[in-house]
Amino acid sequence: MTSTFLPDKRTGRDAGLPPPATDRSRSRARRRALNWLTAAGFQLPALVLFMGLVLLPMLFALYAAFFRWGGFGMPTEYIGGENFTRLFQDDVFLGDLWRCLLLVVLSLVVQLPFALAMAVLLNQRMRGRAVYRMLFFAPYVLSEAITGILFGMIFAPDDGFADQVLGKVGLDGLGGEWFADPSTVMATLFLVMTWKYFGFHMMLYLAGLQAVPRELTEAALIDGAGPWQRFRNVTLPLLAPTLRISVFLSVIGAIQLFDLVWVTTAGGPDHHSETMAVTMFQYGFKRYQVGYASAISVVMFGISLVFALAYQRFVLRRDLEGATTTMRGDGK
Amino acid sequence: MGDPALSRRGFLAASAAAGLGMTTLSACGGDSGGGSSGTTTIEWWNISTTEPAKTVWAALARKFEAQNPKVKVKIVQLENDAYKSKMTALTSSGKLPDIFHTWGGGVLKQQVDAGLVEDLTDRTKPWGDALLPVAKEPYLIDDRVYGIPFDIGMIGFWYNKALFDQAGIAEPPTTWSGFLDAVRKLKAETITPLALAGKEKWPGMYYWAYLAMRTAGAEALQKAYDDKDFTGAPFVEAGRHLEELVALQPFQKGFLGAAYSSPTGQAAAVGNGKAAMELMGQWAPVVQADAGKGLGKDLGFFPFPAVEGGKGAITEVFGGGGGHALRRGAPQEAVDFLKFFASEATDLELVKKTGTLPVVPAAESAIADPNIKAVQEQLKKATGFQLYLDQAYAPAVGQEVNDSVAALIAGSRSPEQVAQSITKTAKEEQ
Repeated sequence: MTSTFLPDKRTGRDAGLPPPATDRSRSRARRRALNWLTAAGFQLPALVLFMGLVLLPMLFALYAAFFRWGGFGMPTEYIGGENFTRLFQDDVFLGDLWRCLLLVVLSLVVQLPFALAMAVLLNQRMRGRAVYRMLFFAPYVLSEAITGILFGMIFAPDDGFADQVLGKVGLDGLGGEWFADPSTVMATLFLVMTWKYFGFHMMLYLAGLQAVPRELTEAALIDGAGPWQRFRNVTLPLLAPTLRISVFLSVIGAIQLFDLVWVTTAGGPDHHSETMAVTMFQYGFKRYQVGYASAISVVMFGISLVFALAYQRFVLRRDLEGATTTMRGDGK
Repeated sequence: MGDPALSRRGFLAASAAAGLGMTTLSACGGDSGGGSSGTTTIEWWNISTTEPAKTVWAALARKFEAQNPKVKVKIVQLENDAYKSKMTALTSSGKLPDIFHTWGGGVLKQQVDAGLVEDLTDRTKPWGDALLPVAKEPYLIDDRVYGIPFDIGMIGFWYNKALFDQAGIAEPPTTWSGFLDAVRKLKAETITPLALAGKEKWPGMYYWAYLAMRTAGAEALQKAYDDKDFTGAPFVEAGRHLEELVALQPFQKGFLGAAYSSPTGQAAAVGNGKAAMELMGQWAPVVQADAGKGLGKDLGFFPFPAVEGGKGAITEVFGGGGGHALRRGAPQEAVDFLKFFASEATDLELVKKTGTLPVVPAAESAIADPNIKAVQEQLKKATGFQLYLDQAYAPAVGQEVNDSVAALIAGSRSPEQVAQSITKTAKEEQ
């Protein structure tokens, strides 16, 4: 978010007490300077923190990515782009990219449509609507670490809740090793992600649905549109801004996925559920190859940035009109 | 009454100024220092942050102070990982504490090479010589003493005697083929032979490390690291032996996703009698009882079997412990403290109250637990020693061993590939 703090001098109480006309312009200039000074004073602590804790470390990570560096002292061994060439020959990292894509596609094709269906369902008048909404939203409130521990127990092979229940109803064949089997680990992980996040997207859609004017659906009804036509041609287009934001959040979330994977599988078995963030953590904090880990984080940042900019530029353009701050409206 | 607008402005300006002030203030760090006259203060950095060791160690420091009225012991306690990273930073800055915890091995050697550690060879005679030989191993660098141990332990097989009886295994195996036979017999009785925490990788590494010690000899792992070459035939052979074991499918269901100490993990599987064995350190019985029910009298211990035709012997030990080293130029009082900490009276107390294994031979009598006694027996007759790889090797190499052995166990890497990838990482790390 960008925003500029500029006190609007027309709304202050002093606006009603104009100073003598003679030194009006001088006093205005002084006041403006004072305004700027006050604003700068307020900005400075935040700016210092932002620079020191966000911007500088980011730039430093970019710098460190060109070194072989163990994380202590200053990086001294410059190796050019070697970390990056190594990165794109690393099977684990290439696998990370593939798994990231897989999660994005699954989210867009399965999770979000499911959330939308639930939202449409719960937008109707029905008994216990609030209870359902709360129930579906509740998983989102849990922390990822707790979710991970919980499902680690549920999906424990044999002893876990999932296998026990499946065994009781005679569906043992459906049970298995879940997180422990390379061929099922991603599906299991996606199941947990969906459980945790569909409620959040459902809430977004519910809010969006509230904003769809009933007159329009009624008009469509009178024009003889069926339920599907009303949904497809009235509700969905009006929900589009919400959908676009929800897709955006979902993709960025998939790119940065860490906690859930770390707690449930730590990237295993045999790297089959590793994500970019997990690989970065492994190299940075387990192997102390901080230069290489920085290169991974730079690539992650690059992917997020390119996606975010392209998405805002091409998809969110209409939604953001007027919301982004430009320098021309500086309150004068 | 003043101009309300002005006072508002004044307030804003004042709070903005306060904001500025805060920023400057927070930029200042606290610098504290102090000296004392007459008494010597020695700083003691350790990692005993958990009870009962925390209290026992603090009490020992007070006892030392009481015996030496002119000495103050300042204890600095850091949690394991925090300590490791703090020490790495201190090592690069060139200043170490008077007395500091060490695991020996590669990290200690780095500090010694940087000229930061006191050579204790002559200053700890004769009392240092009397300590258990295997316990001193990790701190010997080129036959000079750079650390004094307070604990020592080793990895071996913990097994369920009742399940062994059920499978008709009379004696714990002493050879690799005998071990594989035992695994087959257990499988035939539909008993899971081994529990393994595949998610955590390091427990799997123990198999490969021990097999490499048995095929190539106790010195080989350190030598291969120093030469940056793990491609020798015995290392590939070690991988093949591990493959033989994996081919029998000896591990519990879902072991690739299992943790070590969780209620559904490796220790619990053995502690609840669901698996017959695990390869683990001397802490295993405690974790088994903590994560599961614990086996009590049914629990037994046997050393990692010898491999037929290999250079290593069954009496060679893979393990490690804890010790203390001194910074170069530390005062005599620090040496006195080490002597005090390695005395029979102290060691008896440590063995009794904190469950460490004795480093003073006479303190053996304090061991009550038969399992710990069995471990102690092995340690006493040890003829060779290899320190835990994560302490002996640089972190990246240690992790690569864990990672590639985990891949071997999962069936995605061959013994040759394991040897090559470890060699590659070792070369990168110089």
